[in-house]
Amino acid sequence: MSEKLLEVKDLHVSFKTYAGTSHAVRGVDFHLNQGETLAIVGESGCGKTVTSKAIMGLLPEDNTIIDKKSGSAILFHGENLLDYDEKQMTQIRGHRISMIFQDPMTSLNPTMKIGDQIMESILLHQKVTKAEAYRQAKEMLELVKIPNAEQRMKQYPFEFSGGMRQRAMIAVALACKPEILIADEPTTALDVTIQAQIMELIGSLQKELNMAVILVTHDLGVVASVADRIQVMYAGKIVERGTVDEIFYHSTHPYTRALLNSVPKIHSNNKDKLYSLKGTPPDLINPPTGCPFAARCEYGMKVCRQLPPEVISFSSSQECSCWLHHAKADTSVLPEGMIRSSEKRSVK
Amino acid sequence: MAEKEVLIEVKDLKKYFKVGKNAVLKAVDGVNFKIYKGETLGLVGESGCGKTTCGKTVMGLYDATDGQVIFDGTDIHSLNKQEKKEFTKRAQIIFQDPYSSLDPRMTVADIIGEGIDIHGLYKGEERMAKIHELLELVGLNKEHALRFPHEFSGGQRQRIGIARALAIEPEFIVCDEPISALDVSIQAQVVNLLIELQQKKNLTYLFIAHDLSMVKHISDRVGVMYLGNMVEFADSDELYSNPLHPYTKALMSAIPIPDPDEEKLKRRIPIEGEIPSPINPKPGCRFAGRCKFATEQCFASTPALTEVKAEHFVACHRVHELENC
Repeated sequence: MSEKLLEVKDLHVSFKTYAGTSHAVRGVDFHLNQGETLAIVGESGCGKTVTSKAIMGLLPEDNTIIDKKSGSAILFHGENLLDYDEKQMTQIRGHRISMIFQDPMTSLNPTMKIGDQIMESILLHQKVTKAEAYRQAKEMLELVKIPNAEQRMKQYPFEFSGGMRQRAMIAVALACKPEILIADEPTTALDVTIQAQIMELIGSLQKELNMAVILVTHDLGVVASVADRIQVMYAGKIVERGTVDEIFYHSTHPYTRALLNSVPKIHSNNKDKLYSLKGTPPDLINPPTGCPFAARCEYGMKVCRQLPPEVISFSSSQECSCWLHHAKADTSVLPEGMIRSSEKRSVK
Repeated sequence: MAEKEVLIEVKDLKKYFKVGKNAVLKAVDGVNFKIYKGETLGLVGESGCGKTTCGKTVMGLYDATDGQVIFDGTDIHSLNKQEKKEFTKRAQIIFQDPYSSLDPRMTVADIIGEGIDIHGLYKGEERMAKIHELLELVGLNKEHALRFPHEFSGGQRQRIGIARALAIEPEFIVCDEPISALDVSIQAQVVNLLIELQQKKNLTYLFIAHDLSMVKHISDRVGVMYLGNMVEFADSDELYSNPLHPYTKALMSAIPIPDPDEEKLKRRIPIEGEIPSPINPKPGCRFAGRCKFATEQCFASTPALTEVKAEHFVACHRVHELENC
């Protein structure tokens, strides 16, 4: 068993808004092992980005409430990052945990040369001379396969194309060889051929530097090829988690199933209607008391709307919170394979 | 379809933009295709390949630099003001961004009713009844008519955009990336709605998108564009199962498949570099610089789109040699 590098325990994040307090993340637990890729999948507003920003300590201070009740923690090598002050976080951020964002144009500084942006993090975290930092930065640009690194160091972000900018941002993030890379929708703004290049790049750098990667995305296609484990989020909660095979072939939560079914299969010639979920995700200012997915779930029962479902584990890696797996639920309406064998079933 | 009636014929369409002294951006550079009545023609390609410009030129939103768009027998770029108005009653467009394509200061009823007013189709109560009917048709309800766009989610806004396009009962709709800005589960809702409306009203679509799996799902025939040129054009099943152009092959192999086992077996055909600039492009095949099969001929002359198999067109000099690669 590999070592737990990062452990998030019962994380609650809410935001103060004019309309009221929005509960974006409502009790999220997970861990990340050394060298693995964990994918967090979900639609907009499900809390996946907020979770990753909470780990990085990047949430705006003035309107964010991170609930520090007993048991809530973000443990990195056993130390709680929630207790760190800004100065301590600076030591972690960009050095031991790095993040790349969806839109490389807005996350790179438009008034700074690419080379300086990479050197900035090296100079901040390592005791090296400017010349040494320059050498390392150039090496990083070569590592992310940007041709003419020497020249590119002197250019500004606007002189780079979308794919190149994303590479440059990866170079900035990896400059200090972090232990964890959080990639928040790294390829959403890119074309498929460039997306494939970037995902391959992240994969090879991960091996080379032995990093753990948290991949935040809504694209199940990207996840299938790179992730080791997947967790599906909905309305601020993790509804199901498991290994790639468990999620793709033995998913037990109706929302996971719906997500998988609503993508058209490229190799099938089936022109039928796509499976489509009705309605929209719930409002997180007044989150539902029961299962957040109940209102859109085609198997929704009375209990789903009243009580939050318990977490049920099916194997050492697969867990799901859904009332359908309760002993009293009527499972005859469910599609085949959704209920896993009851021997493995144990209520936590 | 036994007898196919051509609704739109695009002949050697060109759209150039002047971007400075001696610099011409050739967004669409000689594109030919036909759209049959009642079908969905998909147009795919990466950003900057000219697919949106192509759609907008077909709609007459841009004046063509050269070439013709023949809609039901007449070239839409030679119409006078009155005729143009007649044309817009028959053709409509749905835009990519549901946030910027609706006027934030107009109510939903006025947004949907604008086309009805311009063409003087309905008045007073009849107009309102029509608006309510349209709202229900796209899966919203009557109460939404008096609200403003900011009160709606992305998927709902895209539905308003669809209702607006349908208001004047067009025959032809250009769907310019109608689902790119939406979440997966909402995408399926909108695509299902588009298909359902097509069947109900016998609509013809030009469906522009970069999501290749979705285009395959909705389209009868698909054209692949690269840097202003059409490189391949075929029946959608044929194109996806048997791509012939090296660019199409690379593009197809890059599509991420939501199935881990298939992903493991998949061989991605790598494609080096990125799309070159469409400003003052070099002669020859536009893809030659990134194509590993390129020969001298490819750099010298631009290949024409030729029919390689029945209804399967490819623009590549070496297509016959490469077929079995």
